[in-house]
Amino acid sequence: MIKKTATEMASSLKAGEISSVELTQAHLDQIAKVDSEVHAFLYVDSEGAINQARAIDEKRKSGADLPPLAGVPLALKDVMTQKGIPTTCGSKMLEGWRPPYDSTVVTRLKENGVVILGKTNMDEFAMGSSTENSAYGPTHNPWDLTRIPGGSGGGSSAALAAFEAPLAIGTDTGGSIRQPAAVTGTVGVKPTYGGVSRYGLVAFSSSLDQAGPCARTVLDAAHLHEAIGGYDKLDSTSINAPIPPVVAAAKDGNVKGMKIGVIKELQGDGYQPGVLKLFNESLELLAQQGAEIVEVSCKYFDYALAAYYLIAPSECSSNLARFDAMRYGMRIGSGSAEDVMNLTRQAGFGREVKRRIILGTYALSSGYYDAYYGSAQKVRTLISRDFENAFKFADVLVSPTAPTTAFKIGEKANDPIAMYLNDIATIPTNLAGIGGMSLPSGLAEEDGLPAGFQIMAPAMQDDRMYKVGSALEAALLTKWGQPILASAPQLGAK
Amino acid sequence: MSNISRDDVANLAKLARIDMSDSELDHLSNELSVILDAVARVQEVAGAEVPPTSHPLPLKNVFRADEVRSSLTPEEALSGAPAQEEQRFKVPQILGEE
Repeated sequence: MIKKTATEMASSLKAGEISSVELTQAHLDQIAKVDSEVHAFLYVDSEGAINQARAIDEKRKSGADLPPLAGVPLALKDVMTQKGIPTTCGSKMLEGWRPPYDSTVVTRLKENGVVILGKTNMDEFAMGSSTENSAYGPTHNPWDLTRIPGGSGGGSSAALAAFEAPLAIGTDTGGSIRQPAAVTGTVGVKPTYGGVSRYGLVAFSSSLDQAGPCARTVLDAAHLHEAIGGYDKLDSTSINAPIPPVVAAAKDGNVKGMKIGVIKELQGDGYQPGVLKLFNESLELLAQQGAEIVEVSCKYFDYALAAYYLIAPSECSSNLARFDAMRYGMRIGSGSAEDVMNLTRQAGFGREVKRRIILGTYALSSGYYDAYYGSAQKVRTLISRDFENAFKFADVLVSPTAPTTAFKIGEKANDPIAMYLNDIATIPTNLAGIGGMSLPSGLAEEDGLPAGFQIMAPAMQDDRMYKVGSALEAALLTKWGQPILASAPQLGAK
Repeated sequence: MSNISRDDVANLAKLARIDMSDSELDHLSNELSVILDAVARVQEVAGAEVPPTSHPLPLKNVFRADEVRSSLTPEEALSGAPAQEEQRFKVPQILGEE
């Protein structure tokens, strides 16, 4: 049962073939079996999950009309508050903190009867591409336990690939939903900025952060997207418009006549040959289904990574000022408030977080502001213009999600620039605020590890990504004869 | 090559309220110089004619009606406090003796 899709699980629950308590217990059993190897979870709320499941089962028995995902379990990235449940953001700074309120995403999950199994591991405060920056130790990629599961949402993607949960929540500031999806053979969607509420999402870079669905299929992601998305008055940057019809688009999957734009700048040098080969095979499959493939150029994308690594640290240096040891979280030392802050922030933050706070403080300081932060904001305009122009020629834009498959744990830990290059293809969408999806394109011939195919759509046209993603997913399933995760190694033999 | 000295990093760390050891300062000043070299490229295309974008949505300030609604109780708001007293956050001394 745990290897089925969330949509299939929902049908079985509705048909009374299985109860939510049984389904939830099966996932808790799988977590107990494999998570000592994978380390996807920072906290497992067994009791709370079973209680939620029992409540759903009782409602169903009483004949209530339940939402589509009612009773299906989910893993929650530890950057989202859930009332009374530890929320650490992968940081020592928040060790033991139990937030007194639910994030809007959690409120909506509860309203939809989704069962929350626990909190997943992540790079500290979502800063990283490998989950190695977690203060609680790395997560291991279920395809090869010596490799990274991507980041920052490596816990969520690994939980899906290890069948510990059929659905998960991620957040994506520069690729933290999509790159982990790519390297674990799963699906991840960064909705249009403002499409899912940020209320209760611990802020890293507020103009870039976006929560979204993680799943094993495009349709499952669409169901989760509709459950958590939409306007929220508690988030002033939430878009007051209906959620794009993503479930209908995922069910449709007809790409006949659609124009698919291949971004010239997001391929070639720096991309693993096997990843590019899979990308081109995917394009071929879409063409066979009647899509028209065109090439587009986004010449300022070469500057996106540089702009991102100024904007995100700048915003983070400001956002993380809230961790001041006064109202919640860690407090170390005595003496003046300033001494306590200095000592607490030294002990509470890890190396990457400090690096970014210092970089952001520099970029925002007088004398350097115009040259660094100001210039990065201008590049952001140029990137948005590139997208606007490209969308004149194509309905969606595509690229490989990440330039390589999963690398070894420790391989890039001491080379920040090499680490940052992982996000080269995912960052432009965050800067422009548009949507991006990653779905598996296959296993690279060099190493047998999963690669991702990225689809980008204009703001609030998220349904286009689901339509194209669903078409490609179906064509690949026919080609492979089984889902990609059926090829993943068995875990839990120990 | 951008050159951020050890003293520069020490000053930034002071501004950001993070104590740093000598080895942290050495390490970071080297790393930041490399990172700044990489990101300084934004200046190549940031001409005076390009307007800056601070946010992806063209939003002005968003206001809501000033209405009384339920919020956290004092107990809930203080539930994560490192120290508290008389229903308030208890903090270390903020101002000097003067």
